[in-house]
Amino acid sequence: MDIKELEQKAVELRKMIFKTICNGGGGHCPASFSIVEILVVLYFKILNIDPRNPKDPERDRFVLSKGHAGVALYSALARKGFIEEKHMSTYGKKGTILGGHPDMHKIPGVEASTGALGHGFPFAIGMALAAKMDKKDYRVFALLGDGECQEGSVWEAALFAPQHKLDNFTAIIDYNKYQAMDRLETIIGLEPFADKWRAFGWAVKEVEGNNIEELLSVFESLPVEKGKPSLILAHTIKGKGVSYMIDEPIWHYRMPNAEELKVACNELGLEVKEGVVQ
Amino acid sequence: MRNAYLSALYDLAKKDSRILALISDNGTIVYDKYRADLADQFLNCGISEANMISVAAGLASCGKIPFTYTITNFLIYRAYEQIRNDACLQKMNVKFVGIGCGFAYSNLGPTHHATEDIALMRVLPNMTILSPCDPWEARKLTVAAAEIDGPVFLRLATGGTPKIYDEGYGFKVGQGVTILDGEDVTIIATGGIVFEVLKAVEELKKKGISARVINLHTIKPIDKEIILKAAQETRTILIVEEHSIVGGLGSAVSEILQEEGKVLIRFKRMGLNNAFPQGYGSHDDMKEMNGLSKGHICQAVETLLKEKEDVFNTSHT
Repeated sequence: MDIKELEQKAVELRKMIFKTICNGGGGHCPASFSIVEILVVLYFKILNIDPRNPKDPERDRFVLSKGHAGVALYSALARKGFIEEKHMSTYGKKGTILGGHPDMHKIPGVEASTGALGHGFPFAIGMALAAKMDKKDYRVFALLGDGECQEGSVWEAALFAPQHKLDNFTAIIDYNKYQAMDRLETIIGLEPFADKWRAFGWAVKEVEGNNIEELLSVFESLPVEKGKPSLILAHTIKGKGVSYMIDEPIWHYRMPNAEELKVACNELGLEVKEGVVQ
Repeated sequence: MRNAYLSALYDLAKKDSRILALISDNGTIVYDKYRADLADQFLNCGISEANMISVAAGLASCGKIPFTYTITNFLIYRAYEQIRNDACLQKMNVKFVGIGCGFAYSNLGPTHHATEDIALMRVLPNMTILSPCDPWEARKLTVAAAEIDGPVFLRLATGGTPKIYDEGYGFKVGQGVTILDGEDVTIIATGGIVFEVLKAVEELKKKGISARVINLHTIKPIDKEIILKAAQETRTILIVEEHSIVGGLGSAVSEILQEEGKVLIRFKRMGLNNAFPQGYGSHDDMKEMNGLSKGHICQAVETLLKEKEDVFNTSHT
C-alpha cells in the first residue's frame, strides 16, 4: 500500500468515525480524528497482525491508552477485517459490542479494555516486558493522549520502561495540545514535553502526526535507539477533518445540530438524509 | 505467615516459569533466596504500586502469573482502580498479596494498617479473597491462588504468626473450617485473629461456655452452608475480624443470614467500629487498645449469651 492509498484510507476512516459517532448518538469526534493517520500507518503498514488469527501469541500488540478514541480504533479494526463493518452501525446501541470505550473481551483485535486514563500505557509495557522475558520478537505499541500525560501513573510507567530497556516498545503521544476543557498549556502544561521524555530515558522522535509520509518514515525505522523504548511525539490537530471542531474545545464531546451536521458531512464527503449520515 | 508464603511461592516459581514475583521495594532479606535463585522471575517495580499492577496485568495478558506483593494499604488503596480495571474487569490472572493486614504493623501507625481491605476487595467482581490464619494455611492458600485462573487477593499478616494447625486438614478453597465444635455460640473469624479467638475460647470453656469456632479462610466466595448451619445450631453468632466492622467479614456473613437465614439469632460484629486503629505498641497491645483482645472477645460472648436468653425468653412468652 503506497502513501496515496494510505491517505485514502485516512479519508475513509474519518468518514466512518463521523458516521458511526453521529448515528450512534455520541462520542469523542475530535480526539478520534486526530489519531486517524497514526492508526492507518500502524494497522495497514506496521503492525504484524492477522485478522484471521487475532490471538496469535507472536502478533504485535497495539493498546489504545486514550480509550475515548475507541471509535477510531473500531474503524481501523473494521477496515482491517477484525470485525465486520456491519457492527459499526450498532455502535452505542443496545446489544452492540461497540461501546464508548473498547472492551477486549467483546471486540476481536482489542488488546486491552481502556477508558480510564493512565492504564493502557503501563499495561502495554507489561506486554513488552513479557516479550523480552520470553525472548519473543513481537513489538508493542501504545497510543496515549497528551492530556492523559497529566496522570501520575503515566510517569511511573515512564520511569519503568527505560529501566528495563524495552526497545520493543513504542509509545505514541497524540499531542493535539487540547484536553477536554481547554488547551493543555492553560490547564497543566507539559512543555518541554519531548525533553521530559528524553530526561526519563526514552528515545524521542517528533513528527507531524497527521502526515502519513512522516509517520511512515519514523515507524519504519524503529526502535529510535537500540536499548531504549521509543517515544513518538506526534503533533496532531484535534478535530482534523471538520473545520469547526478545530481549536474549539467544546467539541471534545458534543454532537452537531442539523446545520452543523450538513457542514461536517460536506467537508468529509458524506451525505446526510433526514438527520442520518449515509 | 509471610515466610510460609515466600517458601510456597519459591517452590511454585521453581516448577513454573510463568510465575513471577513483583514487589514494590518491600522485601529486604525475605526475598533474598528467591531473587538469588530465580532472578528472571523477580521484579522490583520500585515504589510505584499503580504501575506495578498495570504492568502485572499486561504480563498476565501474555500468559504470565504475577504475584504482586507489598504492604496491603499501598497495594490496595493506592492502586485500587488498577486492580479494578486492569485485573478484575479484564479478568487478568494477577495475584495481590497484601502483608501487614489488620494492624499487624502495630507500631508503624494507621498509614501502615489495612483495616478496610476486605470491604474494598469484596465488592470487586471476579475477585477471590483468601485469608490464612496461620503459616500452614498461608502455604496452602498460596498454592491455591496459583491454581485459580483470575485475580486473587491473599490477605497476609506478617512474620511471627503463631501456628494453629500442626498437620493441616482437608483444605478446599471456599470451604470454611470448624476448628472447634460447640453449642452455645459460634465465633466466626478470619486471618491472624483466629488465634486470639482460640485463646478466648479456652477462657470461656472454664466458665462452662461451649463455643464453636469457624475459620473462614476464603472470604469470597463465602461458605454459606457452614454459616447457616451454625445459625441453626447455636442461634448466636459473633464475628471477630481485624478489620472495620463496615463491609468486612461480618457484613459478608450478615448478608447471608439476612437473605437465607431461617431462624431467629443473636448476631454481633466485632472489629474496628468505624474507626482507624488507635495507638502504638506490640500487636497484642494493639488488640487490647482496639477492643480485639481475648478479654474483649470473652466479654462479647457473655453479653451475647445474656441477650440471647432475654430475646428467646421474650419471644417464647
